[in-house]
Amino acid sequence: MAAVDVKSPAVPWRVRLARLDRMGSPYLYVAPFFILFAVFGLYPLGYTGALALTDQSPLDPQTSFVGLDNFATLAGDPKFWTAVRNTLGMFVLATVPQLLLALALANWLNRALRGIGLFRIAVAIPIVTSTAVVALVFGMFFARDYGLVNWVLEGVGIGGIDWRAERYAAWVAIASMVDWRWTGYNALIYLAAMQAIPRNLYEVAEIDGASRTRQFWQITVPLLQPTIIFTVIISTIGGMQLFVEPLLFTSGAGALSGGTLGQFQTVTMYLVQTMRAYHQWGYAAAIALLLFGLIVLVSAVNFLLVRRIRGER
Amino acid sequence: MRVLTRGRRVVVAVISAAALVGVAACSDDGDEPGEDADITLVIDIFGEQGFGYDELYAQFETDHPNITIEERGGGLGLGDYNERLVQQITAGAGAGDVVALEEGTIVQFYAQTDRFVNLADHGASDLQGNFLPWKWEQGAPGGFVLGLGTDVGSMALCYRNDVLEAAGLPTDRAELAGMWPTWEDFIAVGEQFVAAGIEQKFVDAATNFYNTVLMQVAGNGTGYTYYDIENNLALDNPDIRTAWDLTIRMIEADLSANLNSFSDEWNAGFQSGSFATIGCPAWMTGVISGAAGDDNAGNWNLTDAPGEGGNWGGSFLAVTAESEHPAEAAELVTFLTGPDGQTAAFEALGNLPSSPQALAGPEVQQASNAYFSDAPTGQIFGAGAADFQPVYLGPQNNAVRTEFENALRSVEQGERTPDQAWQDAQDNAAAIG
Repeated sequence: MAAVDVKSPAVPWRVRLARLDRMGSPYLYVAPFFILFAVFGLYPLGYTGALALTDQSPLDPQTSFVGLDNFATLAGDPKFWTAVRNTLGMFVLATVPQLLLALALANWLNRALRGIGLFRIAVAIPIVTSTAVVALVFGMFFARDYGLVNWVLEGVGIGGIDWRAERYAAWVAIASMVDWRWTGYNALIYLAAMQAIPRNLYEVAEIDGASRTRQFWQITVPLLQPTIIFTVIISTIGGMQLFVEPLLFTSGAGALSGGTLGQFQTVTMYLVQTMRAYHQWGYAAAIALLLFGLIVLVSAVNFLLVRRIRGER
Repeated sequence: MRVLTRGRRVVVAVISAAALVGVAACSDDGDEPGEDADITLVIDIFGEQGFGYDELYAQFETDHPNITIEERGGGLGLGDYNERLVQQITAGAGAGDVVALEEGTIVQFYAQTDRFVNLADHGASDLQGNFLPWKWEQGAPGGFVLGLGTDVGSMALCYRNDVLEAAGLPTDRAELAGMWPTWEDFIAVGEQFVAAGIEQKFVDAATNFYNTVLMQVAGNGTGYTYYDIENNLALDNPDIRTAWDLTIRMIEADLSANLNSFSDEWNAGFQSGSFATIGCPAWMTGVISGAAGDDNAGNWNLTDAPGEGGNWGGSFLAVTAESEHPAEAAELVTFLTGPDGQTAAFEALGNLPSSPQALAGPEVQQASNAYFSDAPTGQIFGAGAADFQPVYLGPQNNAVRTEFENALRSVEQGERTPDQAWQDAQDNAAAIG
């Protein structure tokens, strides 16, 4: 502190220290997060970037710099693009019904009914069950030979489906797993936001003769917009990184392949397969970076889309 | 529980930190070199049934009172086990003192011998005579003794007495073996089975059939599968095509139950008898009795596989360079892989020894398996073991094999024609490189 005194003798050091405290300490308080982020977020990101430019593999002691070769290969890799298509397909199939259902559920839970607390707790239950358990149970539902779903389908005369062989059947099965787990979660978020909407808005609308449906679309939905954007973005990030459900959908050998033709292999599964099964670490890093870009892109598109829908209404 | 105040929390944290430092200090003391310092050897193995070493560990611990053995990985599938092992070996941390390397994956570690202890430095060179020559070669690339062999995967054919009977086929071991001297004959027997019109299928799935045939054909043919012995991808290997074509014929004859290996349905199939036969390397007997359970004792049986000999699977034990007790670890490996150790593991689990002495010993020769209708397993599996033609497996063998298995299963599922699937397998395998 002596140095400070020498520089500006006019201001007492106590005052300078207080000013420093006021200006500096907030940064100190947020520092732990950013230091941890730098260690566990920024450094791996940078390392991945560097790795993506090499052909590193544990099978080969020699690593050489290959420039953008990995990305060029990736552009023409049919397995990668199949994985992208699967990921986007399952994302749409899972997220659209999930958020609509969550909205309806939240609207219903927002009423003053006897015992509504019990129902509100009930929708939260799937959130606390582990993904692995959900995947195992659904895996049995959708089993080819002795599965519950096929039993019902055969009962009504439609005939069983090989859920792991047919692409769209597999997507539906996996999307249903995701929805089972996350619909209640989104419903609770919507419910919390709905309860923050002032009651008098609805009262005024009712006096003006607006129906319940009209009230929902013209008051509830517009005021929920920030919340809806939040859930869409969160679901997008989750959906783009879909991994455990499709992985555990295969019982036994070859789970990372996501079906014999990669019918339900997501980008993260292909990434892990490339790294762990093929031992192509450089190439896996390139996939990781592209996945990162894909998430940013889809999130941005969704953000604009949700805003647009609101604007038109 | 009582909630800690902030002041208490700090105290607790300080005490815990101090305790940690204390523990670290103690373990430093433990590292002092000394004959009788208590040490723990960690051994990593894989597989639903493990390696059958429990009694051997107890014996080793009795002989070395200062050594405790900790086994990890029982119940872990080979795929998961090997992914973890590659990471641990590459990182140089986390692997056990002794690790099991499977025949299909040991080649990956040829490029990383600096991460392992050369067992020749611990007297392994004198043990060459304890192993079948090709098994020794696989474990000692370029003279570096990377691993000592445990078991070999000699081939037989396992079948369900009750299911074959239901289809009006014989269940006598010699009679069946006489009906299928070749795989073509085996498919013909399968067609008879189908003609009986029962619900069950003849074979569990295309993948086990294909792998069994490929290892056999390659053993008697080129001596390698997807990679030649210089580790170049050799997808035009005629042996692959032979095994592929036979498998396609098997699928088209409607013999396959189309079950994914190691899946819940596959395991359930052993129990319920949804298929009649399965290609049976020696280690498969443990898988079957584990999956089918005690209720099915006597329902399963085994006899000679069609074709001539062949080997699929089998493992090695290696000592990692990161081990702090390489001498003791090497001693444990020598003990477990010695003829007596291999015999004990065979008696515990049915894994066929890779040691000619153990194979010739009465314990193996006279062994029969009560679970498999008292089949003389020692004779059936041991018969061709000494004359095996070894098959060389390349570094990415398991990854490439998965692509071929997926392609065959896509034909089974009716999602691809055989020609499309062949092309898929070629393209995907070429991308792995």
